[in-house]
This record gives sequence, C-alpha cells and structure tokens, in this order.
Amino acid sequence: MLTTTLEIASTDFESTTGWAIKPEGACRGEVCVPLPPEARLEAGKVRLDVVAHRLGAPLVHDEGRGLYAVGPSTLGGRALPSARAPRLELPTIDGARFDLSALHGMKTVLVAWASW
Amino acid sequence: MSLPGWQAFRAEHHDKGIEVVTVALDSGGAAAAQQWIAAAQPDHPSLIDEGHITDELFGFVNVPMAVWIDEDGMIVRPAEPASIEQSALRDLEVPEGLPDRMREMLVAVKEIRDDSAAYRAALVDWIENGAQSAYALSPDEVVARSQPRGRAEAEAAACFELGRDAHLAGDVTAAVHWWREAHRLDPSNWTYKRQAWSIASTEPGAPSDLMQGPTDEYEGNWLDDVKAIGGGENYYNEFRP
Repeated sequence: MLTTTLEIASTDFESTTGWAIKPEGACRGEVCVPLPPEARLEAGKVRLDVVAHRLGAPLVHDEGRGLYAVGPSTLGGRALPSARAPRLELPTIDGARFDLSALHGMKTVLVAWASW
Repeated sequence: MSLPGWQAFRAEHHDKGIEVVTVALDSGGAAAAQQWIAAAQPDHPSLIDEGHITDELFGFVNVPMAVWIDEDGMIVRPAEPASIEQSALRDLEVPEGLPDRMREMLVAVKEIRDDSAAYRAALVDWIENGAQSAYALSPDEVVARSQPRGRAEAEAAACFELGRDAHLAGDVTAAVHWWREAHRLDPSNWTYKRQAWSIASTEPGAPSDLMQGPTDEYEGNWLDDVKAIGGGENYYNEFRP
C-alpha cells in the first residue's frame, strides 16, 4: 500500500494488505500477530512502521515524492500466510465495486490476466 | 490468455456452482483492458487491478495464473499457471525471413509448456467433486505451495507500487527507477517486468508491443530473460496435481 503518512486507518491497511487489525493483533485468516501498544492510535488508526515491522513487511520510502510503500508480509516465507482467502475489493470494468466475499457459497476461480 | 475461452468455460459450468472472476493486472487500468474484455463479452465479473494488489494478496507472478476458492472462502489451490486452452501460437509455423529477434521470440513462445488440458480437466474435476477432488489441496498444502516470499520479493512489491504511482503521475524517471529496483529484487516476477517493458516499448495508444523490449530504460526484455532461464519450457512451472 502507498501512503504519505505513517499514521493510517486500519481499514485501509486491511483492504490493501489483507491483514485486519483486531483486538488480538494483525490477523489474516487464523494467523494473528500480536501488536505492541504503540501500534494502535486513536480513531481507528495504526502506526504503519510498527505494524509493518511486526509483520516482517518492508517499508520503502520515496523521499523525492513523499511516499511510503509497504510491501507484503514475509511471515512464514510464502505468499499465503493462511489458506483463507483475503478480503478483496476491486473495481469492475464498469466502475462498480466488487467484493469477492459476495461469492461466498459458490466455488470461484480467480484468474489473473493482462493486456500486455 | 483467452478471455473468450474463460467466458465459454463459464457458460458450460456455471450452473454447477462455479463462478469465474477475471482480474486484469494493468497499470493502465480499464483503458488498457477494455477492448479485450469487450471482445469476450463476459457474463462474469471482470476486475481491474491497476496496482497489482492481487500479486501481493495471492502471489501471482505471471499471467495467466489462477487460484481456486471454495464455497467457504478457503483457497484450495494457490496461484499457479492457468491456461484452459492451447495457445494458438503453439502450432504456428515460424515464417521465413523474419528479423532474428522476432524469429527467436516465436521459437521461444512455441516452447512454452502447455498443460492446458491437464489444468482444465483438474478444474472440472474440482467443480464436480468439490472437497473430494484429488486436486483440492489441504490448507497446509495450499500455504506450502504458494509462491516464495522473502524480504527481496516483498520489497520488490513495494518498489513496484511506487513505480506504478510515479507512472500514473507522469514522473517517468521515478517510475523507471522504482520498476528497475523491483526487477532487480525479484527477477522471477514476470508481471513486474512485462508491465514495465510493455509501457516502455509501446507508443501511447498503440496495441501492446509483443516483443516487450529491449528498451533503453530496462536491462531486461522478454526474449533475453526467457533465454536466461533456459528457454520457453521454463517460463511456466509444470502443472502439479
């Protein structure tokens, strides 16, 4: 995810990284990583550098453009920390928002392709 | 990649409880993907992933790749190459008189592994047999078979995202800097490379340049990078039941 500040809404963190901020910690599927008190800020915000460090997620700073990018977690050393599908919300070609959880109850094959 | 092929597959199997969702990994957004989607006339959701966030979330490192998700939201197969029909290029006779690099590229493309029949049969087996299918993996196996992700791969993802943002902002210098860094950190990720090469080698408004380099901006290009991994047969991992 990209941000101009290290204090970000926990909901934004979940939608871009798949890790939900819960009372027990940062969670994806059944995997929860406890967070130190300084990770949690008021108004549903979290301290990005603290959470990223706990998740083994790199934080890269583009000083010239004033941006931070946090990469995915390296916990477990695999792309999927859990077999539970992460929350995924993306626009459709028509501009509508699509939430993958709308297909709960059906089998789904999610196919990545590209124009290039 | 055949969007019409997936639409036909969906029409054949949708009433058995399967939905196809396609996701376009395109930093050019809907404008880049539109013509292909319109031609396929899909009945299924067609998502646009400008930021390649599904690379991060699911471990896509090339296209086409797919994951299978069951009725309870559990992934039963992690990201893996996902062709359901043989590429039309495979049986192509390489014409005489082509420029050397074009000829070499076509030869390499024809060498690309074709597991489409086995993959399609496996997918149909899962649709019909669900958790009883031999192709539906346990949660532990799904995690273990998902793409490797160490510090370098994770940092590459962050650098790719910075490059994509710079590209959208029209800052070509910053975009090339960060995308070069992503390529250096994770040379096995073809989506990061092909996206950047394609943008650098394609005139604005033109169809994507199939050669994807070489360019002044990047050290790699499709043909030389495929040769570096031993040729087209190593471009996709073999389908593993």
